[in-house]
Amino acid sequence: MTLIKCNNVTLGYSSNVIVKDFSLTLSSGDYLCILGENGSGKSTLLKGLLGLKSPLKGNISFVGLKQNEIGYLPQRINIQKDFPASVYEIVLSGCLGCLGVLSFYGKQQKKIALENMELLGIRNLQNKSFRELSGGQQQRVLLARALCATKKILILDEPCAGLDPIVAKNLYKIIKKINTDKNIAIIMVSHDIGSAISDSNMIIHMQEDKPMFFKTPQEYCESLIGKRFLGGI
Amino acid sequence: MFDIIDNILQYPFITRALIVGVFVSFCAALLGVSLVLKRYSMIGDGLSHVGFSALSIAVAMNWAPIIISIPVIILTAILLLHFSEKNKISGDAAIALISTSSLALGIIAVSITSGINVDVFNYMFGSILAISQSDLILSIVISTIVLILFIISYNKIFAITFDENFALAIGINVKFYKMLLAILTGIMIVVGMKIMGALLMSSLIIFPTLSSTRVCKQFKSVAINSAIISIMSFIIGLIFSYFCSTPTGATVVVVDLLIFIIYSLIGVFKQKV
Ligand SMILES: Nc1ncnc2c1ncn2[C@@H]1O[C@H](COP(=O)(O)OP(=O)(O)OP(=O)(O)O)[C@@H](O)[C@H]1O
Ligand SMILES: [Mg+2]
Repeated sequence: MTLIKCNNVTLGYSSNVIVKDFSLTLSSGDYLCILGENGSGKSTLLKGLLGLKSPLKGNISFVGLKQNEIGYLPQRINIQKDFPASVYEIVLSGCLGCLGVLSFYGKQQKKIALENMELLGIRNLQNKSFRELSGGQQQRVLLARALCATKKILILDEPCAGLDPIVAKNLYKIIKKINTDKNIAIIMVSHDIGSAISDSNMIIHMQEDKPMFFKTPQEYCESLIGKRFLGGI
Repeated sequence: MFDIIDNILQYPFITRALIVGVFVSFCAALLGVSLVLKRYSMIGDGLSHVGFSALSIAVAMNWAPIIISIPVIILTAILLLHFSEKNKISGDAAIALISTSSLALGIIAVSITSGINVDVFNYMFGSILAISQSDLILSIVISTIVLILFIISYNKIFAITFDENFALAIGINVKFYKMLLAILTGIMIVVGMKIMGALLMSSLIIFPTLSSTRVCKQFKSVAINSAIISIMSFIIGLIFSYFCSTPTGATVVVVDLLIFIIYSLIGVFKQKV
């Protein structure tokens, strides 16, 4: 089932074009990895796909997808350093999308929140204050929140930034499992080429003028840009 | 303690002031949690200045004050929100610009017509003598509406306050809730202005949250704590102002300040231990 369709989309900030003339169809079960250098427009592309940023040209449409079926992990969040919020409050807020005007959490939502905290190994932190956690712990809290919101698609902006290698590896496994078991589509920005090639089924490489699209990871490995990124030549 | 309260409540105007004040401080504190944590404190301040000028122009023109100032404040709330979203730095400046300009217009309108009379003075610094029966009913009705809306949207307000982009991404109507927050704040300010004074009103919004964040670690506990602090400091302030013959609004702010200092000390102490 098709979820997101982009037709000749151009994204940018006022007149500054970042992503040019880009087309894509994403279906359920797809695992798309977005690679590329710092500042090449990966996060901008995600914001476009999420509908947080409207395209300068072209159009992005949700086909079999509603806004409240998306889980999202931002690259960084702008919050005050001393924002008072417990881990549980934050993770639970991921369930809000599926609630109506009366946004009270029921048993169902609480169960989902607890399961996702368990999955990411932060159950013991649930009553801690977000501001007192380490960077990696905070990242896992935000991931758990994203998982709570995920119904059909999970959009992740550098999910493993700041995580130790064991947790990171475990996390890639979890994401792959969600992808295959629940047929949930994944869009992930990553700098970890190894996992991108082994887990994904398509790759976008961002670069200055135009994003390059690869139908399979193999195709990417054999391309010039892929070789350069892989070998670091 | 009960003797004192009994003694005070002999006077119907104080009873009215007490009820209005408690309702207003309760709601202002709840709205303040989100405003302060989202760094929108300036909006509260700006709104109270605009509210003052709307009221004083209405008084000068002999129009019904509340009926004029509520639509004006709603429009301003929308405008200020728009500015503060556009650009953080010039947004701040724009709010300061709007609030001082409107204050200037209000002062000119007043001085041309009636001069600084008792009504205008009361709106500036607040007076418990000025609270009428209709103010009482208005404040109860509006506070109840604010409270219901706040409770219904509490979880969404949390999500938006904590991380607006995520809230947008999962399909929450962020624009609507922010607008709602700004409008309710505006209305709350108009209602509370008579008792607290335009120049002091925003402290009712800002202080309780600021104090609570010194010690509380959860959003929910900040909200509950702020509401309690706010009501307590109003009651204490009112009692003091009765016995010391000080202006009520100013006294309440001083109590709020003292509580803030105490909470800060507790916060520092807790960190050390
Ligand atoms: N809010 C903004 N306003 C204007 N320009 C922006 C804004 N955000 C990003 N840019 C510009 O857009 C370009 C792409 O930024 P983006 O954040 O999408 O890069 P990225 O590929 O995600 O980089 P990184 O790997 O560092 O996360 C950069 O050149 C940046 O300067
Ligand atoms: Mg990025």
